[in-house]
Amino acid sequence: MIWETILLALLAIRRNVLRSSLTILGIVIGVAAVITMVTLGDGATAQVTADISSLGSNMLQVRPGQGFRGPGGTRSTANMFEVDDAEAIGREIFGLEAVAPTASRGQQAIYGNKNWSTSVMGTTNAYFQVRDWELESGRQFTEGELRAGMAVCILGSTVHNELFGDQDPLGATIRLQKLSCQVIGILESKGQTGFGQDQDDIVIIPLRTLQRRIAGNTDVSAIYVSAQEGISTNAAKEDIERLMRERRRIAPDEDDDFHVRDMQEIVSTLTSTTRVLTALLGAVAAVSLLVGGIGIMNIMLVSVTERTREIGTRLAIGALEREVLMQFLIEAVVLSSFGGLFGIILGLLAAAAGAHVLGMPFVLNPGIVVIAVVFSAAVGVIFGYFPACKAARLDPIEALRYE
Amino acid sequence: MNTVSGNQHLIELAGITKVYGMGSYAMHALRGIDLHIDKGEFVAVMGPSGSGKSTCMNILGCLDIPTSGTYLFKSLDVGVLSRNQRALLRRNYLGFVFQGYNLLNRTTALENVELPLIYRGISARERHRRGREALEAVGLTGWESHSPSELSGGQQQRVAIARAVVIQPEVLMADEPTGNLDSTCSQEIMELLCAFTQERGITIVMVTHDPGMARYAQRTIRFLDGLIDAEKLNGEAHS
Repeated sequence: MIWETILLALLAIRRNVLRSSLTILGIVIGVAAVITMVTLGDGATAQVTADISSLGSNMLQVRPGQGFRGPGGTRSTANMFEVDDAEAIGREIFGLEAVAPTASRGQQAIYGNKNWSTSVMGTTNAYFQVRDWELESGRQFTEGELRAGMAVCILGSTVHNELFGDQDPLGATIRLQKLSCQVIGILESKGQTGFGQDQDDIVIIPLRTLQRRIAGNTDVSAIYVSAQEGISTNAAKEDIERLMRERRRIAPDEDDDFHVRDMQEIVSTLTSTTRVLTALLGAVAAVSLLVGGIGIMNIMLVSVTERTREIGTRLAIGALEREVLMQFLIEAVVLSSFGGLFGIILGLLAAAAGAHVLGMPFVLNPGIVVIAVVFSAAVGVIFGYFPACKAARLDPIEALRYE
Repeated sequence: MNTVSGNQHLIELAGITKVYGMGSYAMHALRGIDLHIDKGEFVAVMGPSGSGKSTCMNILGCLDIPTSGTYLFKSLDVGVLSRNQRALLRRNYLGFVFQGYNLLNRTTALENVELPLIYRGISARERHRRGREALEAVGLTGWESHSPSELSGGQQQRVAIARAVVIQPEVLMADEPTGNLDSTCSQEIMELLCAFTQERGITIVMVTHDPGMARYAQRTIRFLDGLIDAEKLNGEAHS
């Protein structure tokens, strides 16, 4: 019987194709809007995640100061780290892959008549390992260069392009303030971070070179640490905090004067932000689905009135109330499901086009497709029920007499 | 349900009244009808507008219930049945033919005829077979896939008759079946109805305004002011 009822509903829909398609337009647009918004939102989330992962998702940054503690903070007054601190972390904390002490300065890089304002970072070879950053050409620093603080440098691809264009810079000498540096390597391009920072706009020199020849001190402004595969960054973070409190002689009732930033934390913060945005956009789009449902109810009511005589005939020849109810309900559900189906197709096409235009990955979320199908069918049931009841409760005598 | 025994009538109305509205606004459509109809009879119901014949037809067709009195259909008291039970009774025992045909638009003749069979839960193949058979019986072979708008009035009424008889009903309720048709078509329809009573033993109750049509019936019942005014046997049915 249910199959027969679906058949009847399909026949009824076929009998008025134009009106049926106009009826489902609201649902089509509603579902398409939800699908597009959610798919694009997922794409944005995926991109943000990927961008931040390019920083190294198993990475921790240890910096002096209290981190994000509002304006002013205690950053400026906190003591910098020393190379010893980095060595202690590497020696005493379990499960670390690499520890890289770093110090940075903003600096003009000059080659010939070209001039580029960039950031110069002094560090060790461990930095490349922590950041999972390969060289495109050339080589890393040698032990000797690191220990002696020699004037050699490795260029990020932005600096390479700005100073040398298409030329091969290996072996060339660039000037960083008063320091003349020989280029020994070029880094692979990493692109922008999730925060819109160009990671490739950098010149890397040995830490000791920076300390002695540019900064004139022995400060280490940040220690980059990467945890081994399978080691929780959280555990490593706690260990480092304990160690640093000890080394910096912080009393138990005092706050840290340094902070350890866990990249995983930042990833989850940012993705949860984009998720909230996605949910908001989806909710707005869902409103149009509601409007589409009201459209279905409207048309079903018109349809019931228009088909009063048909309903009367059906009741007269022995259709039960339940059967007439089911007929109109199923008609509404079939209509709204068709709307859902077309909406999904339209929404995915729009999302694919949008992702292409915005240069984002297209992430198909099967969950939202299932939800859209279920939801549009539910819209049919909810908004089809009232008109269907109206049809089923008609008095056959009145209905047959209806003009 | 009891079967019809020798001395029991297919349809028995006793003291049927029907009142619309209440108190001083009450309208007495039927004021006490006693009527028997036997299996295989062809009964014509006549009377001026407002005489209660339509109300009586609605009650006979189990579409309405009387205010008082008893209606026994095959010895079953229709008055105590629920709305759904009456629907099932109509589905299994009654066929309806209306003045306005009441066919489904944009639906083929065959699909229209199959409609009551769908509610009986009969398989598609069996429906097609019986639907074609019924259309053949009303002389519409070859018109199965035409929609009502492509058929003449007479042809539409034939489709409606096919839809009524496709379930092999006990009683066929015809409400002015020739009201919208010209005389030639009307005669054809009446001959068709006569053939169904004679060949298949289908009982027919027909409302009509036209004495010419009433002559096809074996018995004419005349209503006036909510009562049966006269009953007469037509002697020999149309020959």
